[in-house]
Amino acid sequence: MGERLEHAPNLTEIDLTDGRASEPSHPFRGVNRAFHGRRGLGVASTLGAPLAWMLLVYIGSLVLLVFSAFYELDPITQKPSDTFTWDNILAAFNIFDPAVRDTVWVLVRTAGVALIVTVLCFLIALPVAFFVSKVAWRWIRRGIIVAMLMPLWAGYLVKGYAWRAMVSPSGGKFAATGKGDGGFLDATFGWTPGYGRTAIIITLVYFWLPYMVLPIYAGLDRMSPSLLDAAGDLGAKPMRTFRSVILPLLMPAIAAGSIFTFSLSLGDYIVPQMVNNGKEKFMFGTLINSTLGAPNQPLAAAYTLWPLLIVILYLLAMKRLGAFENL
Amino acid sequence: MSESVALHTTNDEKRSTPAIQLVGLRKQFGAGELSVHAVDGVDLSIEEGEFFSLLGPSGSGKTTVLRMIAGFELPTGGAILLQGKDVTTQPPYDRDVNTVFQDYALFPHLTVRQNVEYGLKVKKVPKAERRRRAEEMLEAVRLGSYGNRKPNQLSGGQRQRVALARALVNRPKVLLLDEPLGALDLKLREEMQVELKTIQRDVGITFVFVTHDQGEALSMSSRVAVFNHGRIEQVGTPREIYDHPSTMFVAGFVGTSNLLPAPLSQELFGVFRTHSVRPERIRVVQQTVSDVEVSVEGVVDDIQYLGADCRVRVRIADGTHLLANVPSDGLVGVAVGGTARLAWPRFAAFEVAETITSEGGDQ
Repeated sequence: MGERLEHAPNLTEIDLTDGRASEPSHPFRGVNRAFHGRRGLGVASTLGAPLAWMLLVYIGSLVLLVFSAFYELDPITQKPSDTFTWDNILAAFNIFDPAVRDTVWVLVRTAGVALIVTVLCFLIALPVAFFVSKVAWRWIRRGIIVAMLMPLWAGYLVKGYAWRAMVSPSGGKFAATGKGDGGFLDATFGWTPGYGRTAIIITLVYFWLPYMVLPIYAGLDRMSPSLLDAAGDLGAKPMRTFRSVILPLLMPAIAAGSIFTFSLSLGDYIVPQMVNNGKEKFMFGTLINSTLGAPNQPLAAAYTLWPLLIVILYLLAMKRLGAFENL
Repeated sequence: MSESVALHTTNDEKRSTPAIQLVGLRKQFGAGELSVHAVDGVDLSIEEGEFFSLLGPSGSGKTTVLRMIAGFELPTGGAILLQGKDVTTQPPYDRDVNTVFQDYALFPHLTVRQNVEYGLKVKKVPKAERRRRAEEMLEAVRLGSYGNRKPNQLSGGQRQRVALARALVNRPKVLLLDEPLGALDLKLREEMQVELKTIQRDVGITFVFVTHDQGEALSMSSRVAVFNHGRIEQVGTPREIYDHPSTMFVAGFVGTSNLLPAPLSQELFGVFRTHSVRPERIRVVQQTVSDVEVSVEGVVDDIQYLGADCRVRVRIADGTHLLANVPSDGLVGVAVGGTARLAWPRFAAFEVAETITSEGGDQ
């Protein structure tokens, strides 16, 4: 009210312009004016920086990596030279070469592990997300969400070492005294999977579980509770409701979550080293890192086209399930 | 089909077993001091083939009663009988009732036809029959050519009709409708009101209709139960509810009422009880009135022009405001600030209870 009086001389302006233009001159008025009605400027200023970041830093570095596959290895510096060659690609995809076949076999095994991790993440995430979204009281809901997200806040290496200590077999570095003389699991329960494939899977499931829980939780949260009521009302027992209503509607969310768990597991090479004593070649990332990367970067880059192929196939499959519909 | 035929042929004999009976039904949410009695002792019986409305403001417990009949909520006390059979603790999928939801709750990943067939498919009705019945039902709600569409390709009114078809195709004993017209615009809502009534008459299934719109309840129902604070204030035909509201709440919630406080009533009728009289029963008169009428004088506060009628607000001696709906051409000599004499027939004023009576139930 007081403001009106202050600007009394502008009264005619208020009447003519619907009251808007009468706003007292604002420090950003010029900026506002410049943006008004210029859609392009708005898009450029908000999207420009992130887009540039994506193209230059993120995509750019990946493209560079692929590029290095097309250059010869300089035998003296052990780095890519500037001589173009197809040899690395041909070598990496020469499936008649037993070494390549071995490598591809490791990759297939790695994809298998990634799939198992994905399935386990799904089996754990679904009931948890369902409980949190449809059953739990509000304060319990918050508690569980925080608990599920907690692993994301801890450092990667910290978690890795924690699991190394958890699964350590008897007589290992983390030997404790208890039921067994191994790590936490052995000491507490007298049983541990020890280092190896099982430990890798358990650890990876722990690492990537939040990435599966969150999309499924979001998907369930979007689902109107009356849809579940309606299915029951029409005679569907709970399992039928799950199969014919919940699961199909959650498919995009599950597919989106599985992209995280699958691709993150496929590419991981540190966990396998931490809880997989001695058998470095078990996971593909580890293989690339230890045997190919250091001595021959261009060849290693050529080999990375294999998992890229798998990930692309996987993404296409997930796209069919609607993983990108709710983005 | 056999069920709906049976409905018509044995109507008289069935009258002894109501379609739905609620006995002392209670629902308490939460526990201890924070608990809320959403439904606080409801007794009601709904006859076979009725179009029965549960009317009340939001939070009055009407939707909770409906959800308990459907089986989505378990009562914390009392019993629900469906055609004489106790279903109080039965899960929804075992009850022979179907629901039309407020948000329609159509399955977005299924086509219209698959939505309608869903209930039959669950009950393992053979494919050919399933298809035929779904088509018939879609035809009946005038959506015969929409079977292959997805729900998101339909308008609100069309979704509403799919939801109706999806429920009715199962030939339930009772159809529950949870404010099904709430999301539609006025014009469509009025069309659907007529359509719903027609469909109900055609299929002969008992409809239980939840609404907060008193006009809707009055125009569609054979009987109405008025809810307030988790209890039933009055049960009756629309005419009974409107003409003889039994409590102050019903008088105020259904239509507009003038409440005459007890002292004023004492002065006018010689009874020290609150009375109610409808504005359209009150006339503005010049001077003398006959003995069959009650009359009172006051100052005109406001005149609202409503088209055919005017609504005159008059403040009388004890400070009570009375509203009178009078024909626009009958307002000669009445002006804001002036005095006016109001009169109404004695029989137009009814005693209303302050709150609900102890049983608050069905008769």
